Amino acid sequence: MQSKSSMQRRHFLLASSALTLVPALARAELTVEISGLGNERIPIAITVFGGENVLPKPISDVIRADLERTGLFRLVDAGDQPMADISRPDWASWRTKGADVLLAGSVKRLPDGNAEATFRLYDIVKQAEQKSAVLSFRFELGRNAGHWIADRVYEQLLGVPGVFSTQIAYVQKSGRHYMLQIAEYDGANPVSAFTDDEPIISPAWSPDGKRVAYVSFALKKPVIYVQTIATGNRQVVANFKGSNSAPAWSPDGKRLAIVLTKDGLSQIYLVNLDGGGLRRLMQSSGIDTEPCFSSDGKWLYFTSDRSGGPQIYRVSVDGGEAQRVTYEGSYNVSPHLSPDGKTLAYIGRNGGKFQLTVQDLGSQQTLILTDTVKDEAPTFAPNGRLILYATEVGGRGVLSAVSVDGKIRYKPLQGNGDIREPAWGPLAT
Amino acid sequence: MKIALPMSILLAATLAACSTAPTQEPASVAQPKPAASVPETKVTPAPAPAKAAPVAPKDPFAELKDPKSLLSQRNVFFDYNSYEVKLDFFPVVEAHSKFLKKNTTGKVLIQGNADERGSSEYNLALGQKRAEAVKTTLKLLGVKEDQIEAVSLGKEKPKNPGHDEAAWAENRRADILYKGEY
Repeated sequence: MQSKSSMQRRHFLLASSALTLVPALARAELTVEISGLGNERIPIAITVFGGENVLPKPISDVIRADLERTGLFRLVDAGDQPMADISRPDWASWRTKGADVLLAGSVKRLPDGNAEATFRLYDIVKQAEQKSAVLSFRFELGRNAGHWIADRVYEQLLGVPGVFSTQIAYVQKSGRHYMLQIAEYDGANPVSAFTDDEPIISPAWSPDGKRVAYVSFALKKPVIYVQTIATGNRQVVANFKGSNSAPAWSPDGKRLAIVLTKDGLSQIYLVNLDGGGLRRLMQSSGIDTEPCFSSDGKWLYFTSDRSGGPQIYRVSVDGGEAQRVTYEGSYNVSPHLSPDGKTLAYIGRNGGKFQLTVQDLGSQQTLILTDTVKDEAPTFAPNGRLILYATEVGGRGVLSAVSVDGKIRYKPLQGNGDIREPAWGPLAT
Repeated sequence: MKIALPMSILLAATLAACSTAPTQEPASVAQPKPAASVPETKVTPAPAPAKAAPVAPKDPFAELKDPKSLLSQRNVFFDYNSYEVKLDFFPVVEAHSKFLKKNTTGKVLIQGNADERGSSEYNLALGQKRAEAVKTTLKLLGVKEDQIEAVSLGKEKPKNPGHDEAAWAENRRADILYKGEY
């Protein structure tokens, strides 16, 4: 049987060396709540990869955990042995086990000391290979290699990019210390990018994933910094008189939308990364804050209380009249737009409860996605399928996630102290 | 006109001048004497004559720490959903305005706060409104713009970490800090 898919040879390199810094203490990861998931999940068998014991952690374990965590796959028992020949699956046997899809692979050590993984993805029903690839990587990056393979499987089967190779940033407060953490997409292996005894809020990823902007209170007032993750170097981008906060990157990575009070109340400005080219976007009679760019860079969504209470508006980046977007309820804040621009996530206050809500920007229909009462800071996964947010459980700040249709829920991610202010990083470029 | 000052005020002013002061002037440090022979002498002010002239503290910024002075009061509390300085706090703000007009090298940082309910950034903006309200009042009383910076801590540094109305009331507040104190 000839394989119809192309063999892709690719060298995988870790995008950021930040993951070699000292890891922080939190160990828990986001776990999907399996109860309530329907039978629409794709039954997939993922075999042990031959030779994977050369790696610190078996690559097939990483792939299984990633795919199961989506709530879209049901793992079929593949036994504890690798396939003898990954190019020749026993179709009938896998069919009997209930698998629609089979992922098989192998790992070997290369002469130069690196590792190489091969995988093949099969459609059991059609009895055909769907995808295969070979990738080489440094030994210590075995986990990243697993994420990469899971991404390829997810994309192939769902037609949407996987986010297993993405990172999240969040702020952890433990005792008197605040830490800006950067972790894998599910919260695993966090590393501190910045630590201080004064608060840190509003982390925001650059579009290329190499820098993060944030607000630090180290100077007894809010100041905006941009830090390069790989080197730890950071610069002040905005320390005007008054408060400087809410940084948001333009999609071309050249400018930030920020909130300044230098001219009175909180208003939105645009500024270049070197701190020059400051331009005020609008003049409004109230507070304007929490700017968020659309993916095409043409619109800014933001929170404003110009009508008396906070609601979400949008305005062209060239300025002009702002249009109100939210009309339900008297308090709507923290807008975050889906990558395809069709859905707005925000926090709506309902009878004293602060809850993650989504609004379809076509039909204007809204849906409350949680039953917690202190939700904050929604951030879309870069494939638009999931929303990560902060909330409170048992009096502690935690992160949780939910699918954009509300059907797939997660158990909260906890750490030492309180976790807040999540920001989901971009797809790996 | 000679003004008689009660002993307690004189004493407080003198002691205040010797205690740890803001970094406008180096504080004088009493040197410990050898314990053996000479009894340690304490610094005591001479009894004041009945009608003494007022003794101005050598360090004008020492007044800021004098618990008997309105200047040592630094907090302005706000009602729920309110961003105006209440009448109750006018004397405090007025005292600071007089001080700043007299001591034009003095600079204040006004930090506004908000209670914990709602988003970090929106609460940062609400805290700013409280700081601005105090700043506006100071300016109306004649203090110059370049002596005042209004900033916000939002809900990030609550004075009271509780989750009830009493805690929230304590956190709806603007604080006046003088440069050199932080």
